[in-house]
Amino acid sequence: MANMDGSTKPLIIWLGTNTCAGDMLSFLNAKDPGYEELISSIAELRFDYLLSASEGSDAINVLDDLQKNHKAAYILVVEGSIPTRSNGLYSVIGYRNGKAWTALQAVRELGAAARYVVAAGTCAAFGGIYAAAPNPSECVSLQAVLDRKVINVPGCPINPEWMMGTLNHLIQYGEPALDDDNRPKLFYGETIHNLCQRRDYFDNSIFAAKPGEPWCMYKIGCKGPVTYADCPVRQWNGEHLSWPVKANTPCIGCASPEFSDGSVPFFEHLPDVKLPGIKVTANRVGQLTGVVTALGIGAHLIGSILTGRFAETLKKDLPRGSKLKLRQRLKKIH
Amino acid sequence: MKKIVIGPLTRANNSCAVEVTVEDKKVVDARCSGIFFRGFELILQGKDPRDAAYLTERICGICSSLHGAAASYALEDAAGIRPPRNANILRNLIIGADILQNHIRHQYLFSLVDYLTLPERAPFVPGYTKDKRLEKKKNDAMVQNMYLALEISRLAHEMVTLLGGKAPFPHGILAGGATVVPSADVVMNFRSKLQKINRFIRNQMVPDVYILEDAYSDYYELGQRAQNMLEYGLFPRTEQDRERYFPSGAVLNGQIQKVDLSLIKEHTARSWYAAESGPRNPSGGRTVPEREKEDAYSWIKAPRYSGMPLEGGPLARLWIKGDYRKGISTMDRVIARALETEKVGTLMESWLDELEPEGCIFSPFEVPKNAEGIGLTGAMRGPLGHWLRIENGRIAQYQIITPSAWNFSPRDDQNCKGPVEEALIGISIADEKQPIEIGRVIRAFDICSSCSTHLITTGKPVGELMI
Ligand code: SF4
Repeated sequence: MANMDGSTKPLIIWLGTNTCAGDMLSFLNAKDPGYEELISSIAELRFDYLLSASEGSDAINVLDDLQKNHKAAYILVVEGSIPTRSNGLYSVIGYRNGKAWTALQAVRELGAAARYVVAAGTCAAFGGIYAAAPNPSECVSLQAVLDRKVINVPGCPINPEWMMGTLNHLIQYGEPALDDDNRPKLFYGETIHNLCQRRDYFDNSIFAAKPGEPWCMYKIGCKGPVTYADCPVRQWNGEHLSWPVKANTPCIGCASPEFSDGSVPFFEHLPDVKLPGIKVTANRVGQLTGVVTALGIGAHLIGSILTGRFAETLKKDLPRGSKLKLRQRLKKIH
Repeated sequence: MKKIVIGPLTRANNSCAVEVTVEDKKVVDARCSGIFFRGFELILQGKDPRDAAYLTERICGICSSLHGAAASYALEDAAGIRPPRNANILRNLIIGADILQNHIRHQYLFSLVDYLTLPERAPFVPGYTKDKRLEKKKNDAMVQNMYLALEISRLAHEMVTLLGGKAPFPHGILAGGATVVPSADVVMNFRSKLQKINRFIRNQMVPDVYILEDAYSDYYELGQRAQNMLEYGLFPRTEQDRERYFPSGAVLNGQIQKVDLSLIKEHTARSWYAAESGPRNPSGGRTVPEREKEDAYSWIKAPRYSGMPLEGGPLARLWIKGDYRKGISTMDRVIARALETEKVGTLMESWLDELEPEGCIFSPFEVPKNAEGIGLTGAMRGPLGHWLRIENGRIAQYQIITPSAWNFSPRDDQNCKGPVEEALIGISIADEKQPIEIGRVIRAFDICSSCSTHLITTGKPVGELMI
């Protein structure tokens, strides 16, 4: 079906639910292609909660039109977690026919008619920081409220290239290869630790004692060993200038399903991994991570599970989807 | 009488809505709502106080470094420590770069959209078509500058990345100091980007607002309100933080006074919180969410200073500093933002010269077992305050009052309107089908509902907060 400009470019909706807008703002930092190229030659960004010229009922009409007249023709990108408390009234998209249209309703309606559904950022992918205990808005991940597959592009915020890359993959080649958490393997196939420039310091036990030092950040809390993302090689943002470890601070695991409850305290190091019958010291975690990955198990949970980092209370508050996954993984491991 | 509801109000950092009542083409009533809720301060309870800097950054994607700074100031206040001199400069540079990013994006991607005729492509269409006054040549040049602004604001975020590891949510501002050593290569890269940005500010951004002013000078009459403003001060001059480049002050009916924090109270009569939640000073804030509450219409509380609704932002800062005192209106707010951008960019160049290349950037410290601290700063949109109480080494209470809570607040316990609501009263709406005036008045405040909709902690057990 032709678009409003007569072209057949793919249509994109970028919806904001309970979010801080950090993912869209990060996405604007994309370079080659950047935002301008996206909207002028790659796709038609028919709705964007942060940048649309239309407001009020005009904006709601755009969404209604896509849902009714462009079935299976658009990519739905959702940024933010989905509150379920009070029937979803803790996040309202806008007013439709004089009534509050909740994020919960909107993502279900728009999700049902979409060709692809993409979760932009850790909140949409896994619940993120707003789902941290005690989860005051009872928010969950996008996948937890949809019956169809969601492609997860986590990160707090997303690296602009993770998102631009995923969109371009969908447009040019269809669905990318995904891992167990439905993340494109292209960007989340390896741990930060295995790609880290400071790995040599880790292997030789040369650790920073405080932020601002140029050594391995493990002892001051680095979650690189249990976080899957390519930050060390891709870096941020347009010109690939730096990333948290290069800035002499620990990785806080912001792209992980466990973020943020599973990452705090940020400046306390991961407990040394203990396996039944073996004691493994910090400088062997790396090797272990490799072994575990080879076995196809979510290595980033090993440290957490085996040392009981996931307190029972925490599990309760995990979004529905990730709680399920956590159980499956526990089963796999035991 | 007719009601106009705009929800969603786009280009405002997430979900908010406004309802105005129009009589004889004039707005006679207005209600501003934050329509989402996340519960930040509850989530902070029980956490390691050092985590607050990174956690609170996630309140808002467009002003994240300022939350990191406020949280760091608060913990340093509680621990009774100061950062190294170099770190104060580095932090000012990160904050400055983030402010440049915000102001440039706000002007070109959020605000000017209400005034320009934009390319016939999504997401610029559909949009209002009436009252676009710029002649084609000027209009098109400004559209070109909009695309340029995309590049320039990315450069500003790259500067944040250079000193903070990434943007938004940089890691480089922490209690105790900063984290990236200002080595020659980093400073050189930062300076080069800053110079490009400053050229854009001087050659495009500031001239563009004057072109706008020329065509829309009637916006000096729209969005007026009394001279009631608040700022806590922005950019500490030295690590001792006795003076700031943009000073603090409360302007009450035109009179500038010293800020007295004990005069701040948050009201909740028209917010979705139970009655016991207010009015209270942030140090003893209390909140019980109650979405079903009748007569309430916003998740935003109503902070008041001495009972008065005060606005913050670039206009308030320049007013208190004495650099701009023309008026309090929509066009004044727009112009002040551009002028502040220029001032910040210029100041940053001089700070680069003050850096000590390999000097100390971080002082280790012990997190106190029991202490209280307050972190105050100006942020892009106005005064930002973090109130922290530590018990047994953990966060016992954390309270945040954001700029947009001040600006975009609903009515208070005395039924007095919030600043944006006040500014909307009396404006004329030429065409009720295209009420473009409303968005122009609101966006001049650079509203950010992400920042303003949050939950204040009560110090009470969580169970009592859940309905
Ligand atoms: S622990 Fe962190 S800093 Fe150290 S090598 Fe691993 S990822 Fe890099």
